[in-house]
Amino acid sequence: MAYYSTNEFKGGLKIMLDGDPYTIVENEFVKPGKGQAFNRVRVRNLKTGRVVEKTFKSGDTVEAADVHDTDMQYLYNDGEEWHFMDPTSFEQMTADANAVGDAAKWIKEEDICKVTLWNNVPLTIEAPNFVILAITETDPGLKGDTSGGGGKPATLETGAVVRVPLFVQTGELIKVDTRTGEYVSRAKET
Amino acid sequence: MGLDDWSSCAEPRVLRARAAMLARIRAFFSEREVLEVETPLLSQAGATDPALASLCCHEACGGSAPDGRATLYLQTSPEFPMKRLLAGGVGSIYQICKVFRAGERGRLHHPEFTMLEWYRPGWTYQALMNELAELVRVVLERPALPVASMGYRDLFTDHLGVDPWTSTVADLRARAAELGIADAERLDLDHDAWLDLLLSVGLEPRLGCDTMTFVIDYPPSQAALARVQTRGEIAVAERFELYLDGIELANGFQELTDAAEQQARFIRDRERRQRRGLAAIPPDQRLLAALSAGLPAASGVAVGLDRLLMIGLGAQRIDEVLAFPIERA
Repeated sequence: MAYYSTNEFKGGLKIMLDGDPYTIVENEFVKPGKGQAFNRVRVRNLKTGRVVEKTFKSGDTVEAADVHDTDMQYLYNDGEEWHFMDPTSFEQMTADANAVGDAAKWIKEEDICKVTLWNNVPLTIEAPNFVILAITETDPGLKGDTSGGGGKPATLETGAVVRVPLFVQTGELIKVDTRTGEYVSRAKET
Repeated sequence: MGLDDWSSCAEPRVLRARAAMLARIRAFFSEREVLEVETPLLSQAGATDPALASLCCHEACGGSAPDGRATLYLQTSPEFPMKRLLAGGVGSIYQICKVFRAGERGRLHHPEFTMLEWYRPGWTYQALMNELAELVRVVLERPALPVASMGYRDLFTDHLGVDPWTSTVADLRARAAELGIADAERLDLDHDAWLDLLLSVGLEPRLGCDTMTFVIDYPPSQAALARVQTRGEIAVAERFELYLDGIELANGFQELTDAAEQQARFIRDRERRQRRGLAAIPPDQRLLAALSAGLPAASGVAVGLDRLLMIGLGAQRIDEVLAFPIERA
Protein backbone atom coordinates (compact mmCIF):
# COMPACT_ATOMS: atom_id res chain seq x y z
CA MET A 1 0.00 0.00 0.00
CA ALA A 2 1.35 3.43 -0.93
CA TYR A 3 1.52 6.31 1.51
CA TYR A 4 2.10 10.03 1.19
CA SER A 5 3.86 12.17 3.77
CA THR A 6 2.36 15.60 4.45
CA ASN A 7 5.55 16.94 2.82
CA GLU A 8 4.19 15.64 -0.48
CA PHE A 9 0.79 17.30 -0.11
CA LYS A 10 -0.29 19.53 -2.98
CA GLY A 11 -3.43 20.33 -4.89
CA GLY A 12 -4.76 17.34 -6.84
CA LEU A 13 -3.09 14.63 -4.71
CA LYS A 14 -5.47 11.69 -4.10
CA ILE A 15 -5.59 10.33 -0.55
CA MET A 16 -7.72 7.96 1.54
CA LEU A 17 -9.52 9.35 4.61
CA ASP A 18 -11.96 7.31 6.72
CA GLY A 19 -12.28 4.77 3.92
CA ASP A 20 -13.21 7.26 1.19
CA PRO A 21 -11.05 8.64 -1.63
CA TYR A 22 -10.37 12.38 -1.50
CA THR A 23 -8.50 14.89 -3.62
CA ILE A 24 -6.54 17.73 -2.02
CA VAL A 25 -7.98 21.10 -2.99
CA GLU A 26 -5.70 23.34 -0.95
CA ASN A 27 -2.73 22.72 1.35
CA GLU A 28 -1.52 25.25 3.92
CA PHE A 29 1.64 24.71 5.97
CA VAL A 30 1.73 26.48 9.35
CA LYS A 31 4.49 26.35 11.94
CA PRO A 32 5.58 28.52 14.79
CA GLY A 33 9.36 29.01 14.49
CA LYS A 34 10.20 26.78 17.43
CA GLY A 35 7.21 24.49 17.46
CA GLN A 36 5.07 21.80 15.90
CA ALA A 37 4.26 22.17 12.20
CA PHE A 38 0.81 21.42 10.80
CA ASN A 39 -0.74 20.98 7.39
CA ARG A 40 -4.21 22.44 7.17
CA VAL A 41 -5.85 21.08 4.07
CA ARG A 42 -9.16 21.34 2.25
CA VAL A 43 -10.10 18.04 0.64
CA ARG A 44 -12.93 17.00 -1.66
CA ASN A 45 -14.63 13.65 -1.17
CA LEU A 46 -14.53 12.05 -4.62
CA LYS A 47 -17.69 10.06 -3.92
CA THR A 48 -19.90 12.84 -2.63
CA GLY A 49 -18.16 15.98 -3.92
CA ARG A 50 -18.26 17.49 -0.42
CA VAL A 51 -15.30 19.68 0.58
CA VAL A 52 -14.11 19.45 4.20
CA GLU A 53 -11.16 20.75 6.20
CA LYS A 54 -8.56 18.50 7.82
CA THR A 55 -5.60 19.15 10.10
CA PHE A 56 -2.49 16.96 10.04
CA LYS A 57 0.64 17.03 12.11
CA SER A 58 3.39 17.67 9.58
CA GLY A 59 5.36 14.51 8.92
CA ASP A 60 2.31 12.26 9.36
CA THR A 61 1.51 9.92 6.52
CA VAL A 62 -1.78 9.07 4.86
CA GLU A 63 -2.71 6.22 2.58
CA ALA A 64 -2.63 7.07 -1.11
CA ALA A 65 -5.90 6.59 -2.99
CA ASP A 66 -5.58 4.51 -6.15
CA VAL A 67 -7.55 6.99 -8.24
CA HIS A 68 -6.91 7.91 -11.85
CA ASP A 69 -8.78 9.24 -14.85
CA THR A 70 -9.13 7.45 -18.16
CA ASP A 71 -11.14 7.98 -21.34
CA MET A 72 -13.70 5.25 -22.03
CA GLN A 73 -16.41 4.73 -24.61
CA TYR A 74 -19.99 4.42 -23.40
CA LEU A 75 -21.56 1.28 -24.88
CA TYR A 76 -25.08 0.80 -23.51
CA ASN A 77 -27.30 0.78 -20.45
CA ASP A 78 -28.80 -2.59 -19.51
CA GLY A 79 -31.52 -1.03 -17.37
CA GLU A 80 -29.46 -1.12 -14.20
CA GLU A 81 -25.89 -0.40 -15.10
CA TRP A 82 -23.95 1.58 -17.67
CA HIS A 83 -21.37 -0.32 -19.69
CA PHE A 84 -18.10 1.31 -20.81
CA MET A 85 -15.15 0.10 -22.87
CA ASP A 86 -11.50 1.09 -22.87
CA PRO A 87 -10.99 2.01 -26.57
CA THR A 88 -7.41 0.71 -26.62
CA SER A 89 -7.57 -2.50 -24.57
CA PHE A 90 -11.29 -3.18 -25.31
CA GLU A 91 -11.65 -4.03 -21.62
CA GLN A 92 -15.22 -3.43 -20.44
CA MET A 93 -16.45 -2.02 -17.15
CA THR A 94 -19.79 -1.27 -15.61
CA ALA A 95 -20.78 1.78 -13.59
CA ASP A 96 -23.81 2.12 -11.33
CA ALA A 97 -26.23 5.05 -11.20
CA ASN A 98 -24.31 6.55 -8.30
CA ALA A 99 -21.10 6.74 -10.34
CA VAL A 100 -22.78 7.92 -13.53
CA GLY A 101 -24.74 10.63 -11.70
CA ASP A 102 -25.72 13.59 -13.88
CA ALA A 103 -23.78 12.26 -16.85
CA ALA A 104 -26.70 9.85 -17.43
CA LYS A 105 -28.72 12.80 -18.74
CA TRP A 106 -26.25 13.54 -21.51
CA ILE A 107 -24.42 10.47 -22.75
CA LYS A 108 -25.44 8.23 -25.59
CA GLU A 109 -23.86 5.18 -27.16
CA GLU A 110 -20.29 5.64 -28.47
CA ASP A 111 -19.66 8.89 -26.56
CA ILE A 112 -16.16 9.12 -25.06
CA CYS A 113 -16.40 9.94 -21.34
CA LYS A 114 -13.82 10.73 -18.66
CA VAL A 115 -14.05 7.85 -16.18
CA THR A 116 -12.45 8.26 -12.78
CA LEU A 117 -11.37 4.85 -11.51
CA TRP A 118 -10.89 4.03 -7.84
CA ASN A 119 -9.17 0.66 -7.32
CA ASN A 120 -10.02 0.07 -10.99
CA VAL A 121 -13.75 0.51 -10.42
CA PRO A 122 -15.56 3.50 -11.96
CA LEU A 123 -16.08 6.10 -9.25
CA THR A 124 -17.43 8.98 -11.32
CA ILE A 125 -18.32 9.48 -14.97
CA GLU A 126 -17.97 12.84 -16.65
CA ALA A 127 -19.92 13.47 -19.84
CA PRO A 128 -18.09 15.20 -22.71
CA ASN A 129 -18.25 19.01 -22.25
CA PHE A 130 -20.38 19.30 -25.38
CA VAL A 131 -22.82 16.72 -26.72
CA ILE A 132 -25.01 16.68 -29.82
CA LEU A 133 -28.46 15.27 -29.21
CA ALA A 134 -31.76 15.02 -31.12
CA ILE A 135 -34.91 16.72 -29.88
CA THR A 136 -37.64 14.14 -29.40
CA GLU A 137 -40.31 16.56 -28.30
CA THR A 138 -40.86 20.30 -28.12
CA ASP A 139 -43.77 22.68 -28.76
CA PRO A 140 -43.93 23.91 -32.37
CA GLY A 141 -43.40 27.50 -31.23
CA LEU A 142 -44.25 30.63 -33.14
CA LYS A 143 -43.68 30.74 -36.89
CA GLY A 144 -41.23 33.34 -38.07
CA ASP A 145 -39.52 33.77 -34.71
CA THR A 146 -35.79 33.53 -35.31
CA SER A 147 -34.58 35.73 -32.50
CA GLY A 148 -34.36 33.00 -29.94
CA GLY A 149 -35.74 35.26 -27.22
CA GLY A 150 -37.85 33.58 -24.58
CA GLY A 151 -37.28 29.96 -25.38
CA LYS A 152 -39.16 26.78 -24.57
CA PRO A 153 -38.41 23.41 -23.02
CA ALA A 154 -37.28 20.59 -25.30
CA THR A 155 -36.94 16.90 -24.42
CA LEU A 156 -33.83 15.23 -25.85
CA GLU A 157 -33.26 11.64 -26.94
CA THR A 158 -31.50 10.89 -23.64
CA GLY A 159 -34.47 12.17 -21.65
CA ALA A 160 -32.79 15.42 -20.58
CA VAL A 161 -34.86 18.61 -20.81
CA VAL A 162 -33.16 21.84 -21.88
CA ARG A 163 -34.42 25.31 -22.82
CA VAL A 164 -34.10 25.97 -26.53
CA PRO A 165 -34.99 28.97 -28.74
CA LEU A 166 -38.48 28.99 -30.18
CA PHE A 167 -37.28 28.31 -33.75
CA VAL A 168 -35.75 24.92 -32.88
CA GLN A 169 -38.07 22.04 -33.77
CA THR A 170 -38.66 18.38 -32.92
CA GLY A 171 -36.28 16.07 -34.79
CA GLU A 172 -33.47 18.64 -35.01
CA LEU A 173 -30.00 18.11 -33.54
CA ILE A 174 -28.68 20.57 -30.98
CA LYS A 175 -25.35 21.13 -29.22
CA VAL A 176 -25.54 21.31 -25.40
CA ASP A 177 -22.94 22.33 -22.82
CA THR A 178 -23.19 19.52 -20.24
CA ARG A 179 -21.45 21.56 -17.54
CA THR A 180 -24.24 24.15 -17.49
CA GLY A 181 -27.02 22.12 -19.12
CA GLU A 182 -27.53 24.96 -21.62
CA TYR A 183 -28.32 24.96 -25.33
CA VAL A 184 -25.38 26.18 -27.42
CA SER A 185 -26.53 25.95 -31.05
CA ARG A 186 -28.25 23.88 -33.68
CA ALA A 187 -25.99 21.12 -34.99
CA LYS A 188 -25.48 18.88 -37.97
CA GLU A 189 -25.01 15.13 -37.72
CA THR A 190 -21.39 14.39 -36.72
CA MET B 1 10.64 19.70 -16.74
CA GLY B 2 10.81 22.13 -19.64
CA LEU B 3 13.37 24.86 -20.05
CA ASP B 4 10.79 27.61 -19.74
CA ASP B 5 11.42 28.11 -16.02
CA TRP B 6 14.99 29.39 -16.20
CA SER B 7 14.07 32.99 -15.49
CA SER B 8 13.38 34.60 -12.13
CA CYS B 9 9.78 35.11 -11.04
CA ALA B 10 10.83 38.07 -8.89
CA GLU B 11 10.09 41.50 -10.28
CA PRO B 12 13.14 43.82 -10.62
CA ARG B 13 11.73 46.01 -7.82
CA VAL B 14 11.93 42.98 -5.50
CA LEU B 15 15.61 42.44 -6.23
CA ARG B 16 16.28 46.15 -5.67
CA ALA B 17 14.26 46.17 -2.42
CA ARG B 18 16.27 43.20 -1.12
CA ALA B 19 19.56 44.91 -1.91
CA ALA B 20 18.32 48.11 -0.23
CA MET B 21 17.24 46.14 2.87
CA LEU B 22 20.66 44.49 3.20
CA ALA B 23 22.41 47.87 2.75
CA ARG B 24 20.24 49.48 5.45
CA ILE B 25 20.89 46.64 7.88
CA ARG B 26 24.65 46.87 7.36
CA ALA B 27 24.56 50.66 7.80
CA PHE B 28 22.45 50.24 10.97
CA PHE B 29 24.97 47.92 12.60
CA SER B 30 28.01 49.78 11.30
CA GLU B 31 26.72 52.93 13.04
CA ARG B 32 26.31 50.96 16.26
CA GLU B 33 29.72 49.33 15.95
CA VAL B 34 28.34 45.82 15.82
CA LEU B 35 30.79 43.59 13.95
CA GLU B 36 29.64 41.61 10.92
CA VAL B 37 30.86 38.00 11.05
CA GLU B 38 30.65 34.87 8.92
CA THR B 39 30.51 31.37 10.39
CA PRO B 40 30.31 28.03 8.54
CA LEU B 41 27.04 26.96 6.95
CA LEU B 42 28.15 23.34 7.29
CA SER B 43 28.84 21.83 10.67
CA GLN B 44 29.71 18.46 12.18
CA ALA B 45 26.98 19.09 14.77
CA GLY B 46 23.34 19.75 14.01
CA ALA B 47 20.25 21.29 15.55
CA THR B 48 18.91 18.89 18.18
CA ASP B 49 15.56 20.71 18.57
CA PRO B 50 12.91 18.15 17.56
CA ALA B 51 10.93 20.92 15.82
CA LEU B 52 13.79 21.48 13.37
CA ALA B 53 14.84 19.08 10.61
CA SER B 54 18.37 19.53 9.25
CA LEU B 55 19.50 18.97 5.70
CA CYS B 56 22.63 16.81 5.54
CA CYS B 57 25.60 16.65 3.22
CA HIS B 58 28.00 13.76 2.91
CA GLU B 59 31.60 14.80 2.56
CA ALA B 60 33.81 12.28 0.78
CA CYS B 61 36.94 12.64 2.86
CA GLY B 62 38.14 13.37 6.34
CA GLY B 63 35.19 11.84 8.10
CA SER B 64 35.19 9.56 11.09
CA ALA B 65 32.60 7.09 9.73
CA PRO B 66 33.91 3.58 8.83
CA ASP B 67 33.77 4.43 5.12
CA GLY B 68 35.74 7.61 5.72
CA ARG B 69 32.75 9.80 4.96
CA ALA B 70 31.50 12.53 7.25
CA THR B 71 27.92 13.69 7.68
CA LEU B 72 27.79 17.46 7.74
CA TYR B 73 24.71 19.44 8.70
CA LEU B 74 23.55 22.59 6.96
CA GLN B 75 22.81 25.04 9.73
CA THR B 76 19.23 25.75 10.83
CA SER B 77 20.60 28.93 12.43
CA PRO B 78 24.11 30.32 13.09
CA GLU B 79 23.46 30.38 16.84
CA PHE B 80 26.09 27.91 18.07
CA PRO B 81 29.17 29.20 16.22
CA MET B 82 28.16 32.80 17.01
CA LYS B 83 27.95 31.93 20.71
CA ARG B 84 31.41 30.37 20.48
CA LEU B 85 32.65 33.70 19.12
CA LEU B 86 30.92 35.49 22.03
CA ALA B 87 32.58 33.15 24.53
CA GLY B 88 35.89 34.13 22.93
CA GLY B 89 35.17 37.76 23.82
CA VAL B 90 34.41 39.20 20.39
CA GLY B 91 31.77 41.66 21.65
CA SER B 92 28.57 42.56 19.76
CA ILE B 93 28.26 40.68 16.46
CA TYR B 94 25.76 40.18 13.65
CA GLN B 95 25.51 37.88 10.70
CA ILE B 96 23.38 37.73 7.54
CA CYS B 97 23.36 34.19 6.19
CA LYS B 98 21.36 31.41 4.61
CA VAL B 99 19.80 28.83 6.91
CA PHE B 100 18.18 25.54 5.92
CA ARG B 101 15.19 23.64 7.30
CA ALA B 102 14.07 20.39 5.74
CA GLY B 103 10.38 19.89 5.06
CA GLU B 104 9.33 23.51 5.56
CA ARG B 105 7.40 24.72 2.54
CA GLY B 106 4.36 26.95 2.47
CA ARG B 107 3.10 30.50 2.09
CA LEU B 108 5.58 31.76 4.71
CA HIS B 109 8.09 28.89 4.61
CA HIS B 110 10.90 27.97 2.26
CA PRO B 111 13.52 25.29 2.99
CA GLU B 112 16.33 27.81 2.44
CA PHE B 113 15.94 31.35 3.75
CA THR B 114 17.94 34.39 4.76
CA MET B 115 18.44 35.07 8.44
CA LEU B 116 19.79 38.08 10.26
CA GLU B 117 21.06 37.11 13.68
CA TRP B 118 22.77 39.33 16.23
CA TYR B 119 24.03 39.23 19.80
CA ARG B 120 24.48 41.91 22.42
CA PRO B 121 26.71 40.89 25.34
CA GLY B 122 25.58 42.51 28.58
CA TRP B 123 22.17 43.47 27.21
CA THR B 124 18.79 42.39 28.59
CA TYR B 125 16.29 40.95 26.17
CA GLN B 126 14.09 44.03 26.76
CA ALA B 127 16.91 46.27 25.50
CA LEU B 128 17.39 44.00 22.50
CA MET B 129 13.65 44.18 21.69
CA ASN B 130 13.96 47.98 21.53
CA GLU B 131 16.90 47.73 19.15
CA LEU B 132 15.03 45.21 16.97
CA ALA B 133 12.02 47.55 16.79
CA GLU B 134 14.35 50.37 15.72
CA LEU B 135 15.92 48.16 13.02
CA VAL B 136 12.50 47.20 11.63
CA ARG B 137 11.47 50.86 11.49
CA VAL B 138 14.66 51.70 9.58
CA VAL B 139 14.36 48.79 7.14
CA LEU B 140 10.67 49.40 6.43
CA GLU B 141 11.18 53.19 6.39
CA ARG B 142 8.28 53.53 8.83
CA PRO B 143 9.80 55.66 11.65
CA ALA B 144 6.48 55.92 13.52
CA LEU B 145 5.58 52.21 13.46
CA PRO B 146 4.26 51.56 17.00
CA VAL B 147 5.30 48.75 19.34
CA ALA B 148 3.22 46.64 21.70
CA SER B 149 4.22 43.84 24.02
CA MET B 150 2.27 41.09 25.75
CA GLY B 151 3.06 37.99 27.75
CA TYR B 152 2.49 34.59 26.14
CA ARG B 153 0.34 33.76 29.15
CA ASP B 154 -1.83 36.89 28.83
CA LEU B 155 -2.16 36.34 25.08
CA PHE B 156 -3.76 32.95 25.68
CA THR B 157 -5.85 33.88 28.71
CA ASP B 158 -7.15 37.15 27.21
CA HIS B 159 -7.91 35.89 23.72
CA LEU B 160 -8.62 32.19 24.16
CA GLY B 161 -9.51 31.88 27.83
CA VAL B 162 -6.97 29.12 28.52
CA ASP B 163 -3.87 29.37 30.68
CA PRO B 164 -0.85 27.70 29.02
CA TRP B 165 0.71 27.03 32.44
CA THR B 166 -2.25 25.32 34.13
CA SER B 167 -4.48 23.99 31.34
CA THR B 168 -4.62 20.29 30.54
CA VAL B 169 -4.40 18.68 27.12
CA ALA B 170 -8.18 18.11 27.36
CA ASP B 171 -8.76 21.85 28.00
CA LEU B 172 -6.69 22.82 24.97
CA ARG B 173 -8.36 20.21 22.74
CA ALA B 174 -11.79 21.46 23.78
CA ARG B 175 -10.81 25.06 23.03
CA ALA B 176 -9.47 24.05 19.60
CA ALA B 177 -12.74 22.27 18.87
CA GLU B 178 -14.73 25.37 19.91
CA LEU B 179 -12.61 27.46 17.53
CA GLY B 180 -13.65 25.12 14.73
CA ILE B 181 -10.14 23.77 14.11
CA ALA B 182 -10.65 20.70 11.92
CA ASP B 183 -9.89 17.31 13.52
CA ALA B 184 -9.46 18.77 17.03
CA GLU B 185 -11.27 15.67 18.35
CA ARG B 186 -9.01 13.25 16.47
CA LEU B 187 -5.52 14.79 16.70
CA ASP B 188 -3.07 13.16 19.08
CA LEU B 189 -0.92 16.06 20.30
CA ASP B 190 1.13 16.77 23.39
CA HIS B 191 0.55 19.90 25.48
CA ASP B 192 3.05 22.06 23.59
CA ALA B 193 1.79 20.96 20.19
CA TRP B 194 -1.75 21.98 21.21
CA LEU B 195 -0.41 25.39 22.22
CA ASP B 196 1.38 25.63 18.87
CA LEU B 197 -1.81 24.77 16.99
CA LEU B 198 -3.88 27.29 18.93
CA LEU B 199 -1.19 29.93 18.41
CA SER B 200 -0.77 29.25 14.68
CA VAL B 201 -4.45 29.05 13.83
CA GLY B 202 -6.26 30.97 16.54
CA LEU B 203 -3.91 33.82 17.40
CA GLU B 204 -1.10 34.49 14.92
CA PRO B 205 -3.20 35.71 11.98
CA ARG B 206 -4.41 38.71 14.01
CA LEU B 207 -1.16 39.50 15.83
CA GLY B 208 0.66 42.71 14.99
CA CYS B 209 -1.86 44.51 12.81
CA ASP B 210 0.06 47.69 11.86
CA THR B 211 1.91 47.36 15.19
CA MET B 212 5.09 45.51 15.98
CA THR B 213 3.83 43.09 18.61
CA PHE B 214 6.24 41.30 20.92
CA VAL B 215 5.04 38.12 22.59
CA ILE B 216 7.29 37.51 25.60
CA ASP B 217 8.00 35.01 28.36
CA TYR B 218 7.19 31.54 27.08
CA PRO B 219 6.39 28.31 28.95
CA PRO B 220 9.67 26.66 30.09
CA SER B 221 8.86 23.67 27.86
CA GLN B 222 9.26 26.07 24.90
CA ALA B 223 12.43 27.73 26.16
CA ALA B 224 14.61 26.42 23.31
CA LEU B 225 17.87 28.23 24.19
CA ALA B 226 16.45 30.90 26.49
CA ARG B 227 17.22 31.36 30.17
CA VAL B 228 14.40 30.24 32.50
CA GLN B 229 13.53 32.48 35.48
CA THR B 230 10.92 32.21 38.22
CA ARG B 231 8.30 34.96 38.19
CA GLY B 232 5.97 34.74 41.18
CA GLU B 233 4.46 31.27 41.20
CA ILE B 234 5.50 30.29 37.67
CA ALA B 235 8.70 29.71 35.73
CA VAL B 236 9.04 31.51 32.39
CA ALA B 237 11.51 31.25 29.55
CA GLU B 238 12.93 34.68 28.73
CA ARG B 239 12.14 34.41 25.08
CA PHE B 240 10.37 36.76 22.68
CA GLU B 241 8.83 36.60 19.26
CA LEU B 242 8.05 39.60 17.07
CA TYR B 243 4.88 39.65 14.96
CA LEU B 244 3.88 42.18 12.34
CA ASP B 245 0.77 41.93 10.18
CA GLY B 246 0.14 38.35 11.30
CA ILE B 247 3.65 37.23 10.34
CA GLU B 248 6.23 35.89 12.79
CA LEU B 249 9.34 37.91 12.06
CA ALA B 250 11.86 37.25 14.81
CA ASN B 251 12.71 35.05 17.75
CA GLY B 252 15.02 36.15 20.56
CA PHE B 253 16.35 35.01 23.89
CA GLN B 254 17.94 36.10 27.07
CA GLU B 255 20.58 33.54 26.23
CA LEU B 256 21.13 30.45 28.28
CA THR B 257 24.75 30.61 29.48
CA ASP B 258 24.80 27.64 31.86
CA ALA B 259 26.72 24.70 30.33
CA ALA B 260 25.11 22.07 32.58
CA GLU B 261 21.60 23.30 31.74
CA GLN B 262 22.49 23.41 28.03
CA GLN B 263 23.67 19.81 28.25
CA ALA B 264 20.44 18.81 30.02
CA ARG B 265 18.44 20.40 27.17
CA PHE B 266 20.49 18.51 24.57
CA ILE B 267 19.67 15.28 26.41
CA ARG B 268 15.99 16.19 26.64
CA ASP B 269 15.96 16.99 22.90
CA ARG B 270 17.54 13.61 22.17
CA GLU B 271 14.86 11.83 24.20
CA ARG B 272 12.10 13.76 22.44
CA ARG B 273 13.58 12.95 19.05
CA GLN B 274 13.76 9.27 20.01
CA ARG B 275 10.11 9.23 21.14
CA ARG B 276 9.02 10.77 17.84
CA GLY B 277 11.14 8.40 15.76
CA LEU B 278 13.35 11.23 14.46
CA ALA B 279 16.98 10.79 13.46
CA ALA B 280 19.56 11.28 16.21
CA ILE B 281 21.56 14.49 15.75
CA PRO B 282 25.01 14.94 17.28
CA PRO B 283 24.87 17.90 19.71
CA ASP B 284 27.52 20.60 19.47
CA GLN B 285 30.14 19.59 22.04
CA ARG B 286 32.17 22.68 21.17
CA LEU B 287 29.24 24.85 22.20
CA LEU B 288 29.17 23.09 25.58
CA ALA B 289 32.93 23.64 25.90
CA ALA B 290 32.47 27.33 25.05
CA LEU B 291 29.71 27.69 27.66
CA SER B 292 31.97 26.01 30.22
CA ALA B 293 34.76 28.43 29.32
CA GLY B 294 32.28 31.23 29.96
CA LEU B 295 29.67 32.84 27.75
CA PRO B 296 29.01 36.42 28.86
CA ALA B 297 25.42 37.29 29.77
CA ALA B 298 23.90 38.19 26.41
CA SER B 299 20.74 38.61 24.41
CA GLY B 300 20.37 37.45 20.85
CA VAL B 301 17.74 37.51 18.14
CA ALA B 302 17.16 35.97 14.72
CA VAL B 303 15.09 37.76 12.06
CA GLY B 304 13.63 36.18 8.93
CA LEU B 305 14.68 38.69 6.29
CA ASP B 306 12.55 37.24 3.48
CA ARG B 307 9.46 37.81 5.61
CA LEU B 308 10.57 41.31 6.53
CA LEU B 309 10.94 42.00 2.81
CA MET B 310 7.46 40.54 2.22
CA ILE B 311 6.00 43.04 4.66
CA GLY B 312 7.93 45.91 3.10
CA LEU B 313 6.58 45.02 -0.35
CA GLY B 314 3.11 43.89 0.70
CA ALA B 315 3.80 40.40 -0.69
CA GLN B 316 1.44 37.57 0.25
CA ARG B 317 3.79 34.65 -0.40
CA ILE B 318 7.48 34.19 0.38
CA ASP B 319 7.98 33.04 -3.23
CA GLU B 320 7.26 36.58 -4.39
CA VAL B 321 10.46 37.89 -2.75
CA LEU B 322 12.83 35.09 -3.83
CA ALA B 323 14.84 35.23 -7.06
CA PHE B 324 14.32 31.47 -7.48
CA PRO B 325 12.01 29.41 -5.26
CA ILE B 326 13.20 25.85 -4.58
CA GLU B 327 11.10 24.45 -7.43
CA ARG B 328 13.21 26.56 -9.84
CA ALA B 329 16.47 26.28 -7.93
